[in-house]
Amino acid sequence: MKGLIFDIKRFAIHDGPGIRTTIFLKGCPLRCWWCHNPEGIFPKPQLMYFEYKCIHCYTCVNVCPKKAIYFDDGGIQRIKEELCSVSEGCRVCEEYCPTTATTIVGRWITVEEIMEIVERDRQFFEDSGGGVTFSGGEPLYQPKFLKEALQEAKKRYIHTTLDTSGYAPLDVMKSIAPLVDIFLYDIKLWDEKEHTLYTGVKNDLIKKNLQFLADSGRGEDVYLRFPVIPGITDTNKNIKGWLSFIPKLRGIKRIHILPFHDVSEKYRRLRMEYKMKIHASPSKEKLKEIKEMFESIGLEVIIGG
Amino acid sequence: MENVMVMKKSSLEEEIKRRKESVNPLNERIAKLREESVNKEVSISVERAKIITEFYKNYCPCDEPVAIQRALAFKYLMEHVSLPVEDGQLIVGLRGTGVKEVPTYPEITVHSEEDLEILDTRENMPYRVDDETRRIYREEIIPFWKGRSMRDIIFSELPEEWKVAYEAGVWTEFMEQRAPGHTAGGERIFRMGILDIKKEIKEKMKSLDEGDPEYKEKMAELKAMDIVADAILIYAERYAEKLENMAKEEKDEKRKEELKKMAEICRWVPAHAPRNFWEALQHYWFIHVGVTYETNPWDSFNPGRIDQHLYPFYKKDIEEGRLTREKAKELLQAFWLKFNNQPAVPKVGVTAEESFTYNDFSKLNVGGLKIDGSDGVNELSYLILEVLGDMRTLQPNTAVLVSDKNPDEFLIKALKIVAPGFGEPPFFNFDRVILRMLRQGKSLEDARTSGVSGCVETGAFGKEAYILTGYFNLPKILEITLNNGYDPRTKKKVGIETGDPREFKSFEELWNAFIRQVKYFLDIKMRGNDKIEELYAKFLPVPFLSLWIEDCVKNAKDYNAGGARYNTQYIQVVGLGTLTDSLTALKYHVFDKKTITMEEFLRALSENFEGRYEILRQILLNKTPKFGNDDDYADDIAKRIVDVMVNLIESYPPSPVRKASKRAYFLPTTVHVYFGKVTGATPDGRKAGVPVSEGISPVQGMDKKGIAAVFRSVAKCDWDKTGGALLNQKLTPDIFENDENIKKLAQLIRVFFRMGGHHVQFNVVSKELLEEAQEKPREFQDLMVRVAGYSDYFVNLPKGLQDEIIARTEQKEV
Repeated sequence: MKGLIFDIKRFAIHDGPGIRTTIFLKGCPLRCWWCHNPEGIFPKPQLMYFEYKCIHCYTCVNVCPKKAIYFDDGGIQRIKEELCSVSEGCRVCEEYCPTTATTIVGRWITVEEIMEIVERDRQFFEDSGGGVTFSGGEPLYQPKFLKEALQEAKKRYIHTTLDTSGYAPLDVMKSIAPLVDIFLYDIKLWDEKEHTLYTGVKNDLIKKNLQFLADSGRGEDVYLRFPVIPGITDTNKNIKGWLSFIPKLRGIKRIHILPFHDVSEKYRRLRMEYKMKIHASPSKEKLKEIKEMFESIGLEVIIGG
Repeated sequence: MENVMVMKKSSLEEEIKRRKESVNPLNERIAKLREESVNKEVSISVERAKIITEFYKNYCPCDEPVAIQRALAFKYLMEHVSLPVEDGQLIVGLRGTGVKEVPTYPEITVHSEEDLEILDTRENMPYRVDDETRRIYREEIIPFWKGRSMRDIIFSELPEEWKVAYEAGVWTEFMEQRAPGHTAGGERIFRMGILDIKKEIKEKMKSLDEGDPEYKEKMAELKAMDIVADAILIYAERYAEKLENMAKEEKDEKRKEELKKMAEICRWVPAHAPRNFWEALQHYWFIHVGVTYETNPWDSFNPGRIDQHLYPFYKKDIEEGRLTREKAKELLQAFWLKFNNQPAVPKVGVTAEESFTYNDFSKLNVGGLKIDGSDGVNELSYLILEVLGDMRTLQPNTAVLVSDKNPDEFLIKALKIVAPGFGEPPFFNFDRVILRMLRQGKSLEDARTSGVSGCVETGAFGKEAYILTGYFNLPKILEITLNNGYDPRTKKKVGIETGDPREFKSFEELWNAFIRQVKYFLDIKMRGNDKIEELYAKFLPVPFLSLWIEDCVKNAKDYNAGGARYNTQYIQVVGLGTLTDSLTALKYHVFDKKTITMEEFLRALSENFEGRYEILRQILLNKTPKFGNDDDYADDIAKRIVDVMVNLIESYPPSPVRKASKRAYFLPTTVHVYFGKVTGATPDGRKAGVPVSEGISPVQGMDKKGIAAVFRSVAKCDWDKTGGALLNQKLTPDIFENDENIKKLAQLIRVFFRMGGHHVQFNVVSKELLEEAQEKPREFQDLMVRVAGYSDYFVNLPKGLQDEIIARTEQKEV
């Protein structure tokens, strides 16, 4: 079977132990305001337009079989969404664009094809204790494909990491967990209402799955990830909520705190709305303060991935 | 948006701060010496030219063999040169009349008045020339040497076809302005005093067989060696006397004692082998000065595997309480600055373009293995890395030799010095260096004591004359092939007719035409190399250098005449990335996908992709397989090029004089900018005049899949058959943000080396910082970046080279 991915990053050093190859699966049930990978949200291929690369040759306009592309008065490429069939697999504009200004993000790929790429980096893994990481989007959103890919990796003795929001039905988590060596597990907002407001979904499944992993003795394999989003997740109240919960999770020892970065440019390229009004990254002092809070419950805290 | 700018600005400020704070001289004495060494303007010192000319005019015994003439000239020089002592220095001897006062070598290249004017006034890297120097040049130096210098002799001896190709920019010639050298010292230096060598010479004289057909030459060479041995003793004794006199005048008691001690050292070395750490440094330095005064050899000279050579002295001194780690560090820092005080000799014309830097490429090697095959990393290896990190001067260069047997700690320590970003130190795969040496027929012991000099050039240290002969412009040869032997720039037929490309039915036909063209040029270049080698053997023996390179004394033969144990001649192949991507583009679009005809493609090239061809250029840049992305389509062509270039070069018979085997390096220094200037648009989408790719690095900005993909692509080629291959990678500073990442980078290097990589070096610098420096050069005088196998001050580089460095891909996530 095929899965939908939007990127493969080779030699990743922030996505788990050692040197890794990260597969980014496309499609996510969450809508986090600050999402750093907005190209991973929509579960179908989509057009991305890099204005700075465009030489205005209008090849895209001319080749589009649906006549869905035009340029506005400001010389910016526009799409008539109702005509465009990129989400159904059309790639003509991308193929003919000479510059990569018109790029389609998202492609269907088989597990075998993924493994062929991953195997190329095997030497990098072996020396560093690295392996393959599945990230997203939300990889658990394509559970069958993910499972097949993880099984294949295990069969080849390749270390696996899952970078997840934790938002999936418990039985999905139960079937996937044995195939995962390390979980990079996001925790965002403690309060359910706030979680719903800023991510579009409730946090009950996330907490439940996390509890499940801890209860089934996998706590040590879980590295928590806490995005520090100014004014949203970095409040005392929110952090204290998590501080009350984490000690109940047996075995969890480590948390990465991930400072917010402005990625408004990406949203513009995808023609998506960026809801964040704050653009500055959190200060060093703020990060230190948060670090100390998590340390107070005995966690090892790492700033960055 | 504003906030984003603020963020960028603060990270830029941090980057600048980190760089500034990393300089850390041990104490005030060193700080002062460093300041003088770094800040002093480079100028030309006429003294050497004057003394040499005076000798040849008045005292040269013209009926004696050339070796003896040269030896006597050297002796005359050692008797008369001035004896500068930098205030507070602990090591004496300096080539030139003072710090960064650079001598000239009119017997090798005699600068014209116009040359001097250019050197004095050029915007980048000038050499100040005063009126007195100009006068002496005009009245004495130029009239005497014009037509007699090596450069003039070489150009008069080379055939027309050589000159046509040279002027078209197919190659450069290393020996037209500078003497061969390209070598490093071995343990002989640290084991032998001059008196020991004189004894060797005497014994050899006694054992010479009068029936030997070369008896006369050999005897003359031995006599010359004996004369230059005496000459360096004179130089050292003159220093001893000077230091004693200075001690008498000195008011400061501590310095007075120091000067006395230094005088004592000069009375002992180089006459005798050194007995302790300080003596060993001084001993080497006298030899360094001697070698670089005798001629202007490429890559100056080099103490080689310095941590190995110095360690026994260090250990003994520490154990016996004569030395502390701190004192050793001070001596090493003082020693370090001696190299920086001797900028490269002034180069002009093509030679200046191919090596546009004050850096003279002395390269101190640390790490690797011992002669018995065990881990060579010792306390001094770490101490020397510390000194490198603390001093951050233009010179000397270093090489970290990485073997599987070396501890991770060593690699990590070296990476931490790379972190604040000045390009040093580079990393070399020592296990494969050994393999290379063995492949070339060296003994296991000589392989294990070998190293890397210049940029990335492997050699058997202290035992090999491995001469670099010239850069070889592959993209230019493709251009000539695509024009059926004609060069559009010089509007001359420079190559042979290999067929009209529009008639080629397959990629193989194009490939064969290209290879025939390469072969044609290699033939001419190789004949030229052998001729030039013969001229140097005949007119410019180097008895002083010969004292130190085994087995010159034993063979009673000069270094330039084949006296060394191993003799090699190298061609430096340039433009692998550009050529690979160009051939790939032609194969992909013309022959495989047939998206464009050859005719149309050639038209686009001749029109430099202007106008309607911009779309084609974009397709070539963005929609065509490129080397450096782990894409076999392109990488297979790169591998094929490397294989065929090595095979072609190695197919030539050994040179007639030195019996040197012919071998290939892949490195550029700054020639990729010059080669770019003389090469028209190339099929990879590169416009005319833009630099070609450097070293074996992918074309600037075309490696889009990250550093692992670059390593994979590069490692597909068979570098074990080459003498060295240079790979630059630019990393953003955030990769070094924590120890965990540095460890991962160390692992990455290990894996790359296990896959067969030869070398890698890192520029840790953001694009923003480079752009800022380009805009405000005055504020960034000390910004050092990696160019090729050396680092240089960014703002001193010509604009084209600055742009090229900015255009290199930034590998964000390692």
